[in-house]
Amino acid sequence: MRRLLAPLVLVLALLGAWELYADLGSTSPYVLPAPHAIAAALWDNAGLLAANLGPTAEEVALGIALALALGFAFAVLVHFSPPLRHALYPLAVGSQAIPIAVIAPLLVYWWGFGVLPKLVVIVLVCFFPVLVTTVDGLHAADRERIKLLRTLDATRWQAFRFAELPEALPAALSGARIALAVGVIGAYIAESQTATSGVHAGLGHEINADLTALQTPRAYAAALVLFALAIACFYALSLAERTLAPWATRQRGETP
Amino acid sequence: MATQLQSLGQPPSKPAADDCAVALRDVGRVFDQRAGVPLRALGDVSLSVARGELLAIVGPSGCGKTTLLELICGLQQPQEGSVASEPAALMPQRDLLLPWLDALDNAALALRIAHVARGEARRRAALLFAELGLAGFEHAAPDELSGGMRQRVAFVRTLLSGKPVLCLDEPLSALDAITRAELQGWLERALAREPRPTRPSRTVVLVTHDVEEAIVLADRVLVLSPRPGRVVAELDVALERPRVRTDEGVVALRERALALLAGARSDDA
Repeated sequence: MRRLLAPLVLVLALLGAWELYADLGSTSPYVLPAPHAIAAALWDNAGLLAANLGPTAEEVALGIALALALGFAFAVLVHFSPPLRHALYPLAVGSQAIPIAVIAPLLVYWWGFGVLPKLVVIVLVCFFPVLVTTVDGLHAADRERIKLLRTLDATRWQAFRFAELPEALPAALSGARIALAVGVIGAYIAESQTATSGVHAGLGHEINADLTALQTPRAYAAALVLFALAIACFYALSLAERTLAPWATRQRGETP
Repeated sequence: MATQLQSLGQPPSKPAADDCAVALRDVGRVFDQRAGVPLRALGDVSLSVARGELLAIVGPSGCGKTTLLELICGLQQPQEGSVASEPAALMPQRDLLLPWLDALDNAALALRIAHVARGEARRRAALLFAELGLAGFEHAAPDELSGGMRQRVAFVRTLLSGKPVLCLDEPLSALDAITRAELQGWLERALAREPRPTRPSRTVVLVTHDVEEAIVLADRVLVLSPRPGRVVAELDVALERPRVRTDEGVVALRERALALLAGARSDDA
């Protein structure tokens, strides 16, 4: 309970300041709606927002799962093969600089208006932190432990399985948390850049439509839902970390 | 290190004698340094360990003791001379227990690596846990164990490797004085559970910088000089077991060993 107090006070203070600033009338409600207007929009449009949350949550969950699997698999490949590391790393770094808008038409041309092109965008955005943290984690494994395993006649694969892999897991999970945080904004970018057929096209799509229609409070309400989604994902992963790598949490003392 | 006997550097040489578990001949090791002259860690070390013998190697820090053990275990190759040894397991100075395994899984690591099923591996480790006063701590994570317990788990892990030669690298140096005295008695019992002459099964090479510890535990003590390490003296410890630090014989031998160490140091200067 006490752990919740500080963030609660901070949020209330920020909301209060925001409300005052908006009510004083120095900005237009089309530019910055007051918190009470956003709350009303959230209440009035709960059904619509929930319907749009579905596709977005699906994109985020699948996209991040895919990014984690790919990032992890590539990290292991790169770890076992230094030439591959030299070949892949520059490309992986470069992939982070690709403006999604440039390749979005191609993705739609290939895969249409469904979920697939959006997953590709999210993977492009999220893959990198997982790759880098996992490669570094594998690389930082205690050499002495591996030496010890060698004296016990461990094969390369056994050294990986008993020492390097579990040792790299906390780092990989840190990468996963970064990926989660950017995954939600990745979904927004994906929805903005690749067109979607269907009534409820996702929160990102909804936000863009509302902004165009000057429905600013509803856009803010939708953004608030994205905000909550990101936080929920983050804490879900912290829970997973406690199950997957309990030794790491014990050593660090506490998860955030 | 999977090979039975390794003989490297020079034309294959079999162990000095048939009852010999470890034989080093004229072994030298030089480390390249980032800047300046190469560092000579070992200079012309020759030694042999009989099967079933407990040999202690003492010397000041930096005399290449750890290098010697890594040579015996095959983790390093000699640049000069030859090393021949029966398969040897290393108990490193740091216990190096894996934090993601519980105490029993850590102890059973060698069995798991040898593809023994987990349940069977744990069962066999548990038998030794009971003998070594670790009963009740099977499921403890390494960071929940005391330093002395961690060393004992690491020792069980070394034992369960099943190798005929055990290389112990300062197994007690990280412990406080009281735990250390306790563990010395325990180590002695663990290593010498049967009377020596009838127990040729385990050969032990113990490296330590503690002269008393060496004398209390070993059949024979080799004294190494500071860098580059050379054997400057050999002491036979023909004293009754069990021994304690305050035994007259132990004290006398300690004085001799310390004098030899001091001599080696001043020669070096």
